[in-house]
Amino acid sequence: MATQQTRSLARFMLAPSVVLLFVWMVVPLALTIWFSFQQYNPLNPIRDGFVWFSNYSLFYSNPAFLQSILNTLVLVGSVLLITVIGGIMLALLIDQPMWGQGIVRILVISPFFVMPPVAALVWKNMIMHPQYGVFADIARFFGAQPIDWFGQHPMLAIIIIVAWQWLPFATLILLTALQSLDGEQKEAAEMDGAGFVSRFIYLTLPHMSRAITVVILIQTIFLLSVYAEILVTTNGGPGYASTNLPFLVYQKALLEFKIGQASAGGVIAVILANIVAFFAMRAVGKNLDK
Amino acid sequence: MARAVTTQHKVIATAAAWIVALLIFFPILYTIITSFKSEQEAIQGFNLIPSGTFESYTEVQAQSGYFKFFLNSVILAVGSTILALIVAVPAAWSMAFSPGKWTKDILMWMLSTKMMPAVAVLFPIYLIFRDLGLLDSRIGLMIMLMLINLPIVIWMLYTYFREIPGEILEAARMDGATLWGEIVYVLTPMAVPGIASTMLLNIILAWNEAFWTIRLTTTEAAPLTAFISSFSSPQGLFWAKLSAASTLAIAPILIMGWFSQKQLVRGLTFGAVK
Amino acid sequence: MKLRTLTLGLLSASVFAFAAHAESITIATVNNGDMVRMQKLTDDFTKANPDITLNWVTLEENVLRERVTTDIATKGGQYDVMTIGTYEVPIWAKQNWLLPLDKLGDDYDVKDIIPAIAGGLSVDGKLYAAPFYGESSFVMYRKDLIEKAGLTMPDAPTWDFIKEAAEKMTDRANGVNGVCLRGKAGWGENMAFLTAMSNSFGARWFDENWKPQFDQPEWKNTLQFYVDLMKAAGPEGASSNGFNENLALFQQGKCGMWIDATVAASFVSDPKNSTVADKVGYALAPDNGLGKRGNWLWAWSLAIPAGTQKGDAAQKFVSWATSKHYAELVASKEGWANVPPGTRSSLYANAEYQKAAPFAKMTLDSINAADPTHPTVKPVPYVGVQFVAIPEFQGLGTTVGQLFSAALAGQSSVDDALKQAQDAATAAMTEGGYIK
Repeated sequence: MATQQTRSLARFMLAPSVVLLFVWMVVPLALTIWFSFQQYNPLNPIRDGFVWFSNYSLFYSNPAFLQSILNTLVLVGSVLLITVIGGIMLALLIDQPMWGQGIVRILVISPFFVMPPVAALVWKNMIMHPQYGVFADIARFFGAQPIDWFGQHPMLAIIIIVAWQWLPFATLILLTALQSLDGEQKEAAEMDGAGFVSRFIYLTLPHMSRAITVVILIQTIFLLSVYAEILVTTNGGPGYASTNLPFLVYQKALLEFKIGQASAGGVIAVILANIVAFFAMRAVGKNLDK
Repeated sequence: MARAVTTQHKVIATAAAWIVALLIFFPILYTIITSFKSEQEAIQGFNLIPSGTFESYTEVQAQSGYFKFFLNSVILAVGSTILALIVAVPAAWSMAFSPGKWTKDILMWMLSTKMMPAVAVLFPIYLIFRDLGLLDSRIGLMIMLMLINLPIVIWMLYTYFREIPGEILEAARMDGATLWGEIVYVLTPMAVPGIASTMLLNIILAWNEAFWTIRLTTTEAAPLTAFISSFSSPQGLFWAKLSAASTLAIAPILIMGWFSQKQLVRGLTFGAVK
Repeated sequence: MKLRTLTLGLLSASVFAFAAHAESITIATVNNGDMVRMQKLTDDFTKANPDITLNWVTLEENVLRERVTTDIATKGGQYDVMTIGTYEVPIWAKQNWLLPLDKLGDDYDVKDIIPAIAGGLSVDGKLYAAPFYGESSFVMYRKDLIEKAGLTMPDAPTWDFIKEAAEKMTDRANGVNGVCLRGKAGWGENMAFLTAMSNSFGARWFDENWKPQFDQPEWKNTLQFYVDLMKAAGPEGASSNGFNENLALFQQGKCGMWIDATVAASFVSDPKNSTVADKVGYALAPDNGLGKRGNWLWAWSLAIPAGTQKGDAAQKFVSWATSKHYAELVASKEGWANVPPGTRSSLYANAEYQKAAPFAKMTLDSINAADPTHPTVKPVPYVGVQFVAIPEFQGLGTTVGQLFSAALAGQSSVDDALKQAQDAATAAMTEGGYIK
């Protein structure tokens, strides 16, 4: 009886969020799909009307399109790599006994609290600026030519900024996972004479695997839609060197006001995001069952 | 002997950790330092000791009063979090304690709603907000922020609730507790830490949301993200002013984060610890 | 929830308090120095108009443009006064998005507005936006450095002279670059400069049939000259430098010459912020002897969206902010040198202004030298000196700007950049229905 009652109550409690999210997902998605078949340019409305798939073919034939897909994947991939590996190393380091652990942890997680446009502005103007940035000061101190980060290595610069923002998140989750590792197990392994490396590979890493998948999943979702950092720093350039898919959609929507094409780009981005996330989702989904 | 090794180990670990931590924190630290420099000082090359002037803060304040934006940020972050919890707690609860065949798929689907690029839907949303009269209204933006973060909130709560052992529930039922009593007296106390950390994370995410908060506001509802946008590249020297504005924009959330980091960490695990 | 109820209560209370008599207008503006100054001086307006309160939305240029365009295109009605430029005014006016300014008051003296500027803000003889400040571009140079290089800057230099001077003034060991030019991608950033420059090289964006002209030798000459010049005498990281970055460089004495907006003159000659304030000279933008100089024409202007309910109050404000009275107000509070330049002929006839602003004559000459209706050597189907006044230009200009920025950064060759620009322009013109 109790179960029956619980079940129906459960459904009742679940309903609001499912309905809300459903509306939230379906209404904009439906509108986006609808607009993606329309020529809709509020700045030049004379030619507006239904155009079948021409927005998709225009978006696809954009010379920046393939590059932007590549850049999206490179950005997501590199930042994941840096934050996961860096996060594991940082977590191992902070997990050691030391003085001032609390403060160290506070310092390390701080970038997570910085809003993306501020992070981008600070890195652009204070750190990477080829004249006034700290990197330029360091280069000049060693008598080297300062690096023009956003002109010469735009993708690398953006990857560094985004990785800086997400490293704390990865570190925190991985650190928590690490700290939950049974002390006795660790000691037993040490007694067995297992070295640091083998202990790490056979004990620590498997223990953290679920945490790592969670980091990858959550970050992928946010990284696929990075665009504020690009807008503030490189504006997608030079050329299309740092244009990713969300930024390309942004350009179509808010610079050219080609709403139809932007919508087509949005649909493409959703598809890409789902493909990328599919693998991550499956992995985590399996872990959820455990 | 053993103690000597441990001390040595501790010294090395401490040194290494502090160096890395300071490097990671450096951009923030340098911004705070620069905010106390004059504009001339700010571009004079690397210098960790500012002259300590408040000139930039006064100017930033005079140009666009900080407090109104700050207040909006607080209202939006807290308001949207409360809204999100009202919707999410029952949902996560029911999924965690009476999972159905579709629970996992619903969870995945909820997360996938976050993948729609915000820019692509700006125009439709702007039109809807216009027709509902929600442009530049705090309520409209709160709902927006709530919807954006809802999937993450449900996810966090779900993974947290799942860690509450089912045996306790059964024991309570044996004792003849009603469903309501079960929720209020048994589960709620156990769930509070998870809810608290979810709340903290959501406040941070809402505070830092910088697309909709700029695009859907003008004056009444504009939070600190809009405040920053008026300092990002004005004419002339602006390094010190930018630093002051940035410091003002991130300080409240940074301080909140520092004080609540232990709480936050518990929720950030996403049940990943097991 | 309590908090929300509380704020709602406060809100409605404040609405009640003011609803009785006040009308509040919302003004969207860019975060430039002159605009920020205007915000500080609004007491003068509200004292004279106690029934009007002003709400300011100050945004960075790109965000501002995005916001106001979205709002006006969707008729969102969020703003009563918008700060827009000479690019938007003709396009928006044709869409009937703007209110014609016909209630500026009897003492406003519309005829006093400099004709070149007024022409850019009018459609069919009706004024759709009032200029807050206007600008052309010219050469700002360091008198001390050019003397050291053994040269004299003529009032109207040629590009060859600029190149020679730039190379001689460059002293990278001491952090001095011969010339600083815009390189940051954007239709209002590097493309404003490059389009104006290309005019003096005899290039044009489109021929009479809207066929893009980037495959023509004139554009190749322009871009090659620019890239070579910057390589030989430009600053580090030039491809990320826009107006602000170059201003900071010049103020710090790191540029021998800087070709940019005439409004910059009041910043570089301001001893408070500029280390080289007393050493700056001015000259007309360079030419190549083809009859056109490489200077542009721009005016940040105040316009009123057609959908506003508060048109009269908004016009009162626009009239105040762009009046002779406002110029006098700024002069009395902050000195004549800080008066927004480039909008009214009377300002340039004012002896006090001429004394306070040594760049006054050169500014006026530059503005008068720009002709938006005949911007190029060869005939074109468009108006606009450093832009093409069609809606597609924002997107296309920025795309081309990115390509040219890549050429400047050395990430692609000049030929590749021009070829890609030609393709992008052809695609955009075909899509827009200009090329049939």
